[in-house]
Amino acid sequence: MTNGPLFQKQLPVGAIGRRASGWWGMLMLIATEAALFSYLLFSYFYLASQAKTTWLPIAMPSLRLALPNTIILLASSLVLWWGERAMRRGLLIRQLLAIGLALVLGMVFIVVQFLEWHLKTFSMTDNAYGSLYFTITGFHMLHVLGGILMLGVLFIWAALDYFNAERHTPISIGVVYWHFVDAVWLAVFSSFYLYPYLR
Amino acid sequence: MELDVTDTDFYRTPIISQASDPENAARLQRLWETPPGLRGQLTTVDHKTIGIRYLVTAFAFLLLGGLEALMMRLQLAHANQHVLTPEQYNQMFTMHGITMIFLYALPVLSGFSNYLWPLLLGSRDMAFPRLNALSYWVFLFSGLFIYASFLAGDGPNSGWFNYVPYSSLSYNPGQGIDFYALGMILLGISTTVGSINFVVTLFRSRAPGMSLNRLPILVWGTLTASVGNLLAVPAVSLAFLMLWMDRRVGTHFFDDGGGGNPLLWQHLFWMFGHPWVYAIVLPAMGIISDGLPTFCRRPLVGYTPVALSTVATMFIGFGVWVHHMFATGLPPMSLSFFSAASFVIVIPSAVAVFAWIATIWMGRPVFKVPFLFFASFVLLFVIGGVSGFMTAAVPLDWQLTDTYFVVAHLHYVLLGINVFPVIGGIYFWFPKITGRLMDERLGRWNFWTMFIGFNLAFFPMHISGLLGMPRRIYTYSNGYGWDTLNFVTTIGAFLFAIGVLLFVANVALSLRRGEKSGPNPWDASTLEWAVASPPPPYNFAVIPTVASRHPLWESHLSEEGSDSSVLDRGPLLAQGRETMGVTVLDGEPDVILKMPPDSFAPLVMAVLLTALCYSALIHSGWLCALSTVGILGCLLIWLWPTALVQSVKCQTMDVHYD
Repeated sequence: MTNGPLFQKQLPVGAIGRRASGWWGMLMLIATEAALFSYLLFSYFYLASQAKTTWLPIAMPSLRLALPNTIILLASSLVLWWGERAMRRGLLIRQLLAIGLALVLGMVFIVVQFLEWHLKTFSMTDNAYGSLYFTITGFHMLHVLGGILMLGVLFIWAALDYFNAERHTPISIGVVYWHFVDAVWLAVFSSFYLYPYLR
Repeated sequence: MELDVTDTDFYRTPIISQASDPENAARLQRLWETPPGLRGQLTTVDHKTIGIRYLVTAFAFLLLGGLEALMMRLQLAHANQHVLTPEQYNQMFTMHGITMIFLYALPVLSGFSNYLWPLLLGSRDMAFPRLNALSYWVFLFSGLFIYASFLAGDGPNSGWFNYVPYSSLSYNPGQGIDFYALGMILLGISTTVGSINFVVTLFRSRAPGMSLNRLPILVWGTLTASVGNLLAVPAVSLAFLMLWMDRRVGTHFFDDGGGGNPLLWQHLFWMFGHPWVYAIVLPAMGIISDGLPTFCRRPLVGYTPVALSTVATMFIGFGVWVHHMFATGLPPMSLSFFSAASFVIVIPSAVAVFAWIATIWMGRPVFKVPFLFFASFVLLFVIGGVSGFMTAAVPLDWQLTDTYFVVAHLHYVLLGINVFPVIGGIYFWFPKITGRLMDERLGRWNFWTMFIGFNLAFFPMHISGLLGMPRRIYTYSNGYGWDTLNFVTTIGAFLFAIGVLLFVANVALSLRRGEKSGPNPWDASTLEWAVASPPPPYNFAVIPTVASRHPLWESHLSEEGSDSSVLDRGPLLAQGRETMGVTVLDGEPDVILKMPPDSFAPLVMAVLLTALCYSALIHSGWLCALSTVGILGCLLIWLWPTALVQSVKCQTMDVHYD
């Protein structure tokens, strides 16, 4: 018995697409981060269910800023998806454009979110709802900030011509993280802004 | 080495070579060796070095935790003693629990797995070697961080599960709880990156042919524990962050007055805590499932049921956390559900127990020291399992909760399923790690002292618990009928400690004077025994091809017509640090993975993360900002793509993404 035949085909060397260890590493990071946000939202629903008096310190959360902001964040994911498709065909300029645009949209999200925080009539230390609201949206915001830094670095690497149609694993890794952060926002948004209307 | 830049740098058919070729060995040695000296010590990413560090550090914490236990036992040896003040006693039992559960029990198993995984799987390193180094350094620093509370004169004192409101600011204004909370967040980072590393290593870097149904059970155990950790650790990190925020920022998560709820702490803690219990026993059970059959001279009975029950235990383990909270006034519906789930979890455990007994029964046992530890584990696990089964019943739990019965149960489980397999595992793999066998005679003394001491110490606790002695009291009066039992327990504890010292002595002696072992002293069946003892830095001179669960026993196990494993001939992979990447399920060659060089980045990152936690402790915005910037910079350097081929500038870059 020899193991010859097993190794007669050519194998790619190094990080390539979904064969890269980094891709799998990011999926694992996403799994544990998803668990983190589940526990955050568990705390929210648990305390809401156990509340003895009024739970919401305000009448009802306003959707005036939050809904458009949600759409902005979703749009950024769409743009990145479009860019990565272009990268697979080797269209670097379109990829750069996509990362740049997603960066801008991400920053707009952050600014609007700060505005939203500013307009709230309660604070983190007033009551449990306030603690949860600012902690959970704050956690999410940190993740968006992390994503923005990641996109910034990817923009520089792409501009330095580090990637081509076949080898652009870091972009795929960054993009899947960004999609995850958007998906988390949908969960956070539904819990804080939609759920009270259903109660 | 001059290279022409052609397509072959990005695609290559591996060169097949002989393992025995000395030229290959010399070349691989140059590529993988960590240079001696301080620089090498601080930068190494070799999984074997990291594994040994994990083992030694965890063992040092075990000794510390043991000292704390002995002080408690002195205090409780007789009624009305004054060895410790009540406050000192509180700090002792708290630090004893923290040390044993968090700083010893999982890290020691990570030590085994880090050392053994690539050897068991036929690879040259873990998937993310630098992440591996990071997880060790962060573990070490988090342990030192929590212990630094003693230097600040204020150890944590609310028990290892740290219930609010006793751990909240109004009842506990000192810094001890903050040290504990922030240290646990730091340790959570270590556990998380370590777990990611194990899971991805399993997915990617195995020998060709090492399909899922051929994995050693230790790998199944650590894999299951790692997946469990990824999903469970965020709960406790979050709980400790919320607690710290309640204490120092002024939030109201756990504070009833502000709309919070103290029970939220218990939920989050035990949602983590119970899966964690399985994380610190499943890999140890894996040590048994791989080690015990070697001394029974036959393969494990029921490989598939044992592998599946390992996974099933963790799965059910996520649905039993409320059995720690039966006495908190939850609705009967919830109690019934979680009680039933806790009964169900007995089934997969029983599957494994019967598999081990059947393996001993149907084998030809060789009564070496590792066998003694492994076989006694089965007995201790049954005793601990039965007392756990008893407390899964709600009415009995109401009677027994917070008594010494629970203390007896958890020590039977944790020492029985963790410490005994770990010590047995050291006896078993010591020759692989050091090239020398441990002393058998001293080993027998070591085993019997530990075994008798253990049962003498902990069995009477069942009775003192049934007699109503509460846990965590610093002293008691005469006349409750607890005196003799406690005295016996103290004697047993010291006997057990002598047993542990005999083990340390045996390690120290055998390191210098142990009999040379050769590659496979036990005639064991798995891949780690195919390489030299101690293994060379590159593990395997050629990547082996695996065709069965027992590559080294194929000559007398294999059925006619079946393939056999090839260990002496295979892909060389020596153009830089390289190893084979395979497909997830079937283990077919998929990619040639480039592995990173030694690096300072993990150590620097660990220091910066510790600085970040310290900044939270001393409320320093400056240190916080500085360490955050440092962490980001370090990440950037760590992840910066390196060219696959140095001579090509601004060409396609390759990334060691870890």
